[in-house]
Amino acid sequence: MTAAEGVARPGSLVRSAWRMLAALPFLLPSMVLFGAFVFYPLGKAVYLGFFISNPFRTRQIYVGFDQYREVLTSSEFVSSLLVTGTFTLYTVFPAIAIGTFLAVLANQRLPGIIVFRTVFSSTIAASVAISAVLWLVLLHPSIGVLNEAVEAAGLSRVNWLQDGGWAVGEHATVFDMVAAWFIDPNWALISVSLATLWMNIGLFTVIVLAGLQTIPEELYEAARVDGAGRWQQFRHVTLPMLSPTLFFASVIGMIFAFQSFGQIQILTEGGPVDASTVMLYSIYETGFEPPFRVGAAAVQSLALFAIMLALTLAQFRMLAGRVFYR
Amino acid sequence: MARVYFEEISKRFGGTHALRDLTLEVDDEEFFVLLGPSGCGKTTALRIAAGLEEPTAGAIYIGDRDVSFVPAKDRDLAMVFQNYALYPHMSVRDNVAFGLRMRGYARDEIERLVQEVTATLGIADLLDRKPGQLSGGQRQRVALGRAMVRRPQAFLMDEPLSNLDSKMRVQMRAELVRLQRDLAATFIYVTHDQVEAMTMGQRIAVLEGGKLQQVGLPQDVYDRPANRFVAEFIGSPAMNVLEGDLVVEGGHTAVRTPAGLVRVSDAASADVREQNITSLAVGIRPEHLTPEATESAAATSAAAASPAAIIEGQADLVESLGSEQHVTVVAGGWSVVANLPSSPRIERGATLRLAVAAEHVHLFDIESGERVGP
Ligand SMILES: Nc1ncnc2c1ncn2[C@@H]1O[C@H](COP(=O)(O)OP(=O)(O)O)[C@@H](O)[C@H]1O
Ligand SMILES: [Mg+2]
Repeated sequence: MTAAEGVARPGSLVRSAWRMLAALPFLLPSMVLFGAFVFYPLGKAVYLGFFISNPFRTRQIYVGFDQYREVLTSSEFVSSLLVTGTFTLYTVFPAIAIGTFLAVLANQRLPGIIVFRTVFSSTIAASVAISAVLWLVLLHPSIGVLNEAVEAAGLSRVNWLQDGGWAVGEHATVFDMVAAWFIDPNWALISVSLATLWMNIGLFTVIVLAGLQTIPEELYEAARVDGAGRWQQFRHVTLPMLSPTLFFASVIGMIFAFQSFGQIQILTEGGPVDASTVMLYSIYETGFEPPFRVGAAAVQSLALFAIMLALTLAQFRMLAGRVFYR
Repeated sequence: MARVYFEEISKRFGGTHALRDLTLEVDDEEFFVLLGPSGCGKTTALRIAAGLEEPTAGAIYIGDRDVSFVPAKDRDLAMVFQNYALYPHMSVRDNVAFGLRMRGYARDEIERLVQEVTATLGIADLLDRKPGQLSGGQRQRVALGRAMVRRPQAFLMDEPLSNLDSKMRVQMRAELVRLQRDLAATFIYVTHDQVEAMTMGQRIAVLEGGKLQQVGLPQDVYDRPANRFVAEFIGSPAMNVLEGDLVVEGGHTAVRTPAGLVRVSDAASADVREQNITSLAVGIRPEHLTPEATESAAATSAAAASPAAIIEGQADLVESLGSEQHVTVVAGGWSVVANLPSSPRIERGATLRLAVAAEHVHLFDIESGERVGP
């Protein structure tokens, strides 16, 4: 039956109404869940952004878009943007690269390889809190293993968690801050990134390993007969066949980076000053620490949401054309 | 182009002997077919030649060069895989060009060779498609193009036609033979299909259980199978085999089979005596069973020697193929298939007397399975 016939029939309106009614109970659970945990909070955040209030919102004053303007143009916000961007850069691409490297190593058919696969992916099983505490010890300026290694390499010790580099101190303009970015390392953020990287590598290894195992062995054999060496096989067979996996990994890697909280809270509490205050941490500080500026926190959350949405869409736009799906 | 020589190649996978002591010489510019049932080690032999698998023992030569320890990428062979193994993310052009790019050919040289080869194969208009957008026959051609384009020392083909429909298969069979002739290339072609082997191979090698059974011209292998396995494997419908003990009757040596006595030729009986064989398997091809000549016809063709055996029985199943009919005759509780002309049409239940000439009787030692006699 075509749609046209359906409309022409008397009573078909009743039937489609019935169908809607029948579909409703199936849709209801997700409608309730999404409504309660996504759409309602989203609407509420927009609403909250229009008000400034006392800590428990017993009194609130309507300020309209003034609060949006004020928060989004503040130097703290710009700093948190730069910190978040840097953090993403430090964590996502290295994690994918290292994860791919380990996955390729672990994908060989060798006796006992399962042990390596387990080890490489084991960081998935460690909780954020435990990993962060572990890194707290590793990064300790005087007793940490990292500084021992740095010293053994003939370099001077680093004040890992306390040195904010370009992110602290006065910068006359945003441009000065960006200029400082290149020459004055933000060790606190690097420390947090190292811990995050370590925590995420396991997951990326597993994802890439799963992707590798979908590539037919025959393609490598064909490539070998065609004269391809190991690197060429990787470059011309593995990478393109892995592109959907790597794309997926980059999207979730980015989302992970934007949602990192626990390790920052434990390692640096966003400091020194705001050197490791990523957007999410800034939202927490603004909204849940005195003076509990709920409205300002809501504005920042909306900004974070918008950025994540835009970046995800852009990734799909940019990469989808180059990704090869079978 | 070059010859390919397998020298005492053995290959074991754990407890499985995939190949045992395979020695085989494929001549330069020869269309050589490796034939055998599934699991006999054909693919393994090919993969060892390609360098994709290491032999447990033995050596492999391409031309006069021992390539046993040369990696696959440096052997300069081309392989056509059973399911083609085209690079799914590359266009047809890039698939064909891949081997040239890996060998560092210049860009315009690559383009020229790709154009030339794809034109030969009739796929020049598909250059920008991906393998996923091609039919089975087109993929097959791309796989061939990828192999041809770099003029390898030899072509290795692993059941390349098995994924095509039967019409396409017949067409590609002829095309491959022509291609091999035009390229004057060495082809090693693996198949389990005896029709492909018989029609395409200049020489064929029959493999079973990892062991080489026989090598030779297709007609020779058909006419004088070296053992019972080859005899039963090649030919359709398959050769009739009847087992029986050796007896001497009226001064003649014969085999007493359930379907009747089969006389053993003088040449063969000398071999039988020499080897102290007491029981034999008698092989008769279906097309060599003919309705017994009438008295008058026998009289006119005086030269017709008396047949080695007469098999009498009832037609149980008649399969007519139009040009011929395959008749299953039950004689002495055993079924024997005869390939008869389509007329006169045989009715089910009819009594038939089928004769076979002495030169068409194959004898095999029951214990070893080896051929006995000429
Ligand atoms: N990679 C392998 N591991 C274990 N056994 C194998 C492997 N490859 C082939 N074999 C075994 O070796 C024998 C020959 O296989 P193969 O050469 O693929 O046969 P064919 O191509 O004639 O069908 C079979 O018994 C098969 O099970
Ligand atoms: Mg095979």
